[in-house]
Amino acid sequence: MDAPEEPVPPVIYTMENKPIVTCAGDQNLFTSIYPTLSQQLPREPMEWRRSYGRAPKMIHLESNFVQFKEELLPKEGNKALLTFPFLHIYWTECCDTEVYKATVKDDLTKWQNVLKAHSSVDWLIVVVENDAKKRNKTNILPRTSIVDKIRNDFCNKQSDRCVVLSDPLKDSSRTQESWNAFLTKLRTLLLMSFTKNLGKFEDDMRTLREKRTEPGWSFCDYFMVQEELAFVFEMLQQFEDALVQYDELDALFSQYVVNFGAGDGANWLTFFCQPVKSWNGLILRKPIDMEKRGLIQRQEATLLDLRSYLFSRQCTLLLFLQRPWEVAQRALELLHGCVQELKLLEFCRDWVSVPPGALDCWVFLSCLEVLQRIEGCCDRAQIDSNIAHTVGLWSYATEKLKSLGYLCGLVSEQGPNSEDLNRTVDLLAGLGAERPETANTAQSPYKKLKEALSSVEAFEKHYLDLSHATIEMYTSIGRIRSAKFVGKDLAEFYMRKKSPQKAEIYLQGALKNYLAEGWALPITHTRKQLAECQKHLGQIENYLQTSSLLASDRHLTGNEREYFCREILSFASQQADSPGHKIVLPMHSFAQLRDLHFTPSNAVVHVGGVLSVEITVCSQMPVPVHAEQIAISVHFSIEKNNYRKTAEWLTKHKTANGIVSFPAETSPFPTSQNSLPALELCEMFERSPSDNSLHTTGIICKNVHVLLRKQESGASLEAPSGAALEAGAHVLKCNAVTLEPGPNAITFRTQAKEPGTYTLRQLCASVGPVWFVLPHIYPLVQYDVYSQEPQLHVEPLADSLLAGIPQKVKFTVTTGHYTVKNGDSLQLSNVEAMLILGHEENRAVIYSNMRAPATGGESTVPGMTEPHGKHKDTQKGGHCMATMDHKVSIDCPWSIYSTVISLTFSMPFRTTHSLLSSGTRKYVQVCVQNLSELDFQLSDSHLVDTGDSTDLRLIPLNTESEQRIHSRQAVFFVWELKWTQEPPPSLHCRFSVGFSPASEERLSVSLKPYTYEFQVDNFLTLYSVRAEISPPPGTELCKTGSLCSLEVSITRLSDLSDADKDEALTEREDYFSTKLMYEVVDNSSNWAVCGKSSGVISMPVAARATHRVHMEVMPLFAGYLPLPDVRLFKYLPHHSAHSSQLDADSWIENDSLSVDKHVDDQLDSGSVQSRGSTRSVAGSEHKGLPMPRLRALPPGQAFNASAGTQVLVIPSQDDHVLEVSVT
Amino acid sequence: MAVCVAVIAKENYPLYIRSVPTENELKFHYMVHTSLDVVDEKISAMGKALVDQRELYLGLLYPTEDYKVYGYVTNSKVKFVMVVDSSNTALRDNEIRSMFRKLHNSYTDVMCNPFYTPGDRIQSRAFDGMVTSMMIQVC
Repeated sequence: MDAPEEPVPPVIYTMENKPIVTCAGDQNLFTSIYPTLSQQLPREPMEWRRSYGRAPKMIHLESNFVQFKEELLPKEGNKALLTFPFLHIYWTECCDTEVYKATVKDDLTKWQNVLKAHSSVDWLIVVVENDAKKRNKTNILPRTSIVDKIRNDFCNKQSDRCVVLSDPLKDSSRTQESWNAFLTKLRTLLLMSFTKNLGKFEDDMRTLREKRTEPGWSFCDYFMVQEELAFVFEMLQQFEDALVQYDELDALFSQYVVNFGAGDGANWLTFFCQPVKSWNGLILRKPIDMEKRGLIQRQEATLLDLRSYLFSRQCTLLLFLQRPWEVAQRALELLHGCVQELKLLEFCRDWVSVPPGALDCWVFLSCLEVLQRIEGCCDRAQIDSNIAHTVGLWSYATEKLKSLGYLCGLVSEQGPNSEDLNRTVDLLAGLGAERPETANTAQSPYKKLKEALSSVEAFEKHYLDLSHATIEMYTSIGRIRSAKFVGKDLAEFYMRKKSPQKAEIYLQGALKNYLAEGWALPITHTRKQLAECQKHLGQIENYLQTSSLLASDRHLTGNEREYFCREILSFASQQADSPGHKIVLPMHSFAQLRDLHFTPSNAVVHVGGVLSVEITVCSQMPVPVHAEQIAISVHFSIEKNNYRKTAEWLTKHKTANGIVSFPAETSPFPTSQNSLPALELCEMFERSPSDNSLHTTGIICKNVHVLLRKQESGASLEAPSGAALEAGAHVLKCNAVTLEPGPNAITFRTQAKEPGTYTLRQLCASVGPVWFVLPHIYPLVQYDVYSQEPQLHVEPLADSLLAGIPQKVKFTVTTGHYTVKNGDSLQLSNVEAMLILGHEENRAVIYSNMRAPATGGESTVPGMTEPHGKHKDTQKGGHCMATMDHKVSIDCPWSIYSTVISLTFSMPFRTTHSLLSSGTRKYVQVCVQNLSELDFQLSDSHLVDTGDSTDLRLIPLNTESEQRIHSRQAVFFVWELKWTQEPPPSLHCRFSVGFSPASEERLSVSLKPYTYEFQVDNFLTLYSVRAEISPPPGTELCKTGSLCSLEVSITRLSDLSDADKDEALTEREDYFSTKLMYEVVDNSSNWAVCGKSSGVISMPVAARATHRVHMEVMPLFAGYLPLPDVRLFKYLPHHSAHSSQLDADSWIENDSLSVDKHVDDQLDSGSVQSRGSTRSVAGSEHKGLPMPRLRALPPGQAFNASAGTQVLVIPSQDDHVLEVSVT
Repeated sequence: MAVCVAVIAKENYPLYIRSVPTENELKFHYMVHTSLDVVDEKISAMGKALVDQRELYLGLLYPTEDYKVYGYVTNSKVKFVMVVDSSNTALRDNEIRSMFRKLHNSYTDVMCNPFYTPGDRIQSRAFDGMVTSMMIQVC
């Protein structure tokens, strides 16, 4: 048989059948041609057009050529198709008419008659021509005539039924051509025959099927008919079509069973409803299980037999079709289906009785058989990549073996009892003997099952093998859930076998999987199993934890929950005697923290204050639980500036009533998805600092740490290590609390001790040695204890302190955490210059109490009791500076250190003095200016000479002894200087005046007077300058525009004195002279000085020496004009190099006296010049070469005798002209 | 008649699961959970297909001796799993399909409820009623 063009032809058993073609006529001829024919026929495919719209197919034809016998022809009513001759061929090589007429024609006629008798129309006459024979017999008719004769005699209207094959055994093109034509004809006719006969068969079959509702219709008969068709298709290698036949039979049968179940009984089905006696599984190693087929044919088959046979045929065809995975899939369906059908029949009619376990055996054997069959025709790699298809069978087999094990008492610890053993024997009997085809296979399903049922150990081995293989397969294709489920079965098995240590890993694995995906019921169930396992293992901690989870599990009944709760409690009470050992369990299963509430609600207390925390805990336990202690461990941090932070936090996070709510687990299932806290998002804007424009914006997830952490460790919820007990120094405790099921309010009280931030970290409830710990309290809960250090502020009551008068200063003590005791005092240490005026009766008083710590300000009121704010009067002595600082050191009772406070006092007065002259008489004037806002009363003004000149007298010219000086005003005092002898060149004076605030009533203290010390130098008058303007000669009065003469007379008033001894002094034979420079300046521009306005004169140093200078001036205005100023300077020569530096200094000194004009410039200047016009030039020249210098005479030395005199100037006649020209 | 109907979130936790009260609920939970393996497999195999051509109905996920488990997946990867009694041969693929479509419509209604938070367990009475009708229905 020619295999289809497959790379790896499957090792399958094929049918030996081929369509039958009979051969009549010349047998020798056929024998010679047969090899070529059988070789050539299947070489080329032929299109087979099908009826009923079925798709045409290309088909390679093969045939089984047999000698024609009349017995081969089917009799009427015979439905056998396999033995049906599809074509009848008559072979002849006759070329002689005589011979033809003599024998061949008769033979042909006989053959035709037989065919006709059986109404067979599929025939063909082949005339083989041989050139050799033709040549020998030259007198014969042309060859065509024989063929024509035959056609004429037999093929009326069917001339194509006679073909010529020329020289079949030669190798010529003609031969080839002839062969091709012949083969084509042969194939066509064969197909025609197929079409016709199969069509007829199918029609008959359908007719038969339509009769299925009639009584007496037999499914088995029909089965045989349709299978015949399937065989033919298989014979033609049309496996697809063959499979269709079986599938139709399958569906028909299934439908019957269903209908039967629904009450529509068909009699024939009762044949299948025999008690199941044999359950030896599928047989797939033979192409046709003739044994079972026989049963069906004899209508003795049970349902299982029929199904087994049907499936074995389907399996064979599917394997031909290279679809082994479909075999696996169909096998599973079949097995499920059969089990269902048997149940159905059993249930409906009670006819099919199936011994318990029989089906399990059948399924188990069948699963393994199918798997082994598939493995037999596939290589390892193929199998590995198609596990998804086969794993179902593995799993099913495992399941069935398990149930067999349980059934036969192979799983229990004690082993099977006698009843179990009887059952096992019955089951083994139903298996029958092993079939010969697998007898030599070591791992045959039969052997496996027999062995597995033989002993507890063998069963365990086989069951574990299968389970592990199944788990491995599931895992390898990523069906984790299925793997876990099988693992759970395995765990159950281990538990039955009393090896909980092996079971644990499977239970944990499954539980983890269910937890991760949040399947509540499986979680509960698995946990219950795990609890039992852990109890057996003695894992106390784990057991208690699982128990706590189960006790809080709402999917359990109340009794179950209570049982687990009691387990915990009884453990706790047992262990109560041996303290020290702690078992830490996570709290969430025991109780849940709902909310928390601080009193005070802002969660801020001062040191020593009392804080209470009220928490609501929702107990998950079904019964009241007495907890010895409930504690919150608190983390303490001394964080600076945390107070503000907390305040900010408060406003953001806390509700007004101070209740912090904790996110309850929304779902009763502790799934990782549901317990994730919601995202906390906030917007973020960043503005550029320069122009406040937005440059960054975004969203910040504030609780990202929680979210991420939970995801990572979500699966390890069960791990007891998750709840580590934190050892902390700060703990809030509440003893002996009974937690009722549901919400419980627990209040903690604490007295705040150290200042800082306290973060609530863990909540922990202890029941005996069992500690339930909530490892993290989230969201963050904090309370703050603040402490304020005592603080002292000293500040004046007025804007500023003035020196010299009593004023009030406020002392503010903010006690903070310090408690002021009776008798506490502030000790003030002050400098002598500042007096503190205390009043005996004046004590401090507490006037403001601690309400809110946020308000630090306190004011003071004098009073009679103990301190909070203290208030004292302070007085201090004054001095003569604009401002001055005084430090006060204060010793406070709460500190070992002194507090040093600096007080700034302002001077209320500014004092200036000046020397006044009148000829040689001298006066001292003191000006006191009040800078303060207060009015003062001045009294007792004195000016004393502090020098030793005894002959000097100061005669006050002030009249009033008391004077009021108002704010921002000045008061002048004048004294005349009188002396009898030569006065000292300088005079040291001290001015003092008593003062007191004008508004103040009488003060209890005497105030120090205000003093001012100063010095007056060179106050003796040396020169008297007199200027006189006389009108031009011949006129009475000066006239504007006309030159007048100015006479300046400089008179020396005293002899040589100490004041004259300077560089300007020259001595020549006891004759002293000094150089002076005069200068006439009219600052008010009343006069125009004509000619030289200044000059240097040599002045004899002798009394009464006079120097006169004349110059011309012209009045520019009319009226009483003050005379131009005449100034005198000392003219100092430039003789010494080293003094040049000094000169410069003194010049600069002079500059400050507003003598800023250089002499040299002025010496030749004959015209009026504005001041300072050449100053810069002079400055630069001065640097270059030594210049004579000027020094202004001290104000006391030169007396301007004509100061204040005025000259009457009358306007000239034509003054209008002048006015215009000058201005 | 369905014996168990489950709606499973994208993350594979149950949004809704209900089974006939006569049977052991736990068994169905395990069954539906295990069937997610096949759902995942089918979805990942389907991933290559174009989204708009995707068939939401996943067909028979796996048969067991007593039940058939069918699957359906919405475009947002919410899975519907329906367990049907094997003996109930009257239920053909088409019926199962239409049941799933009904379920999907009802689920869509649930999602349209503004008071329903996606991801929460479904507690809608309308949905419940629809499932109930599916459970008694055909039989």
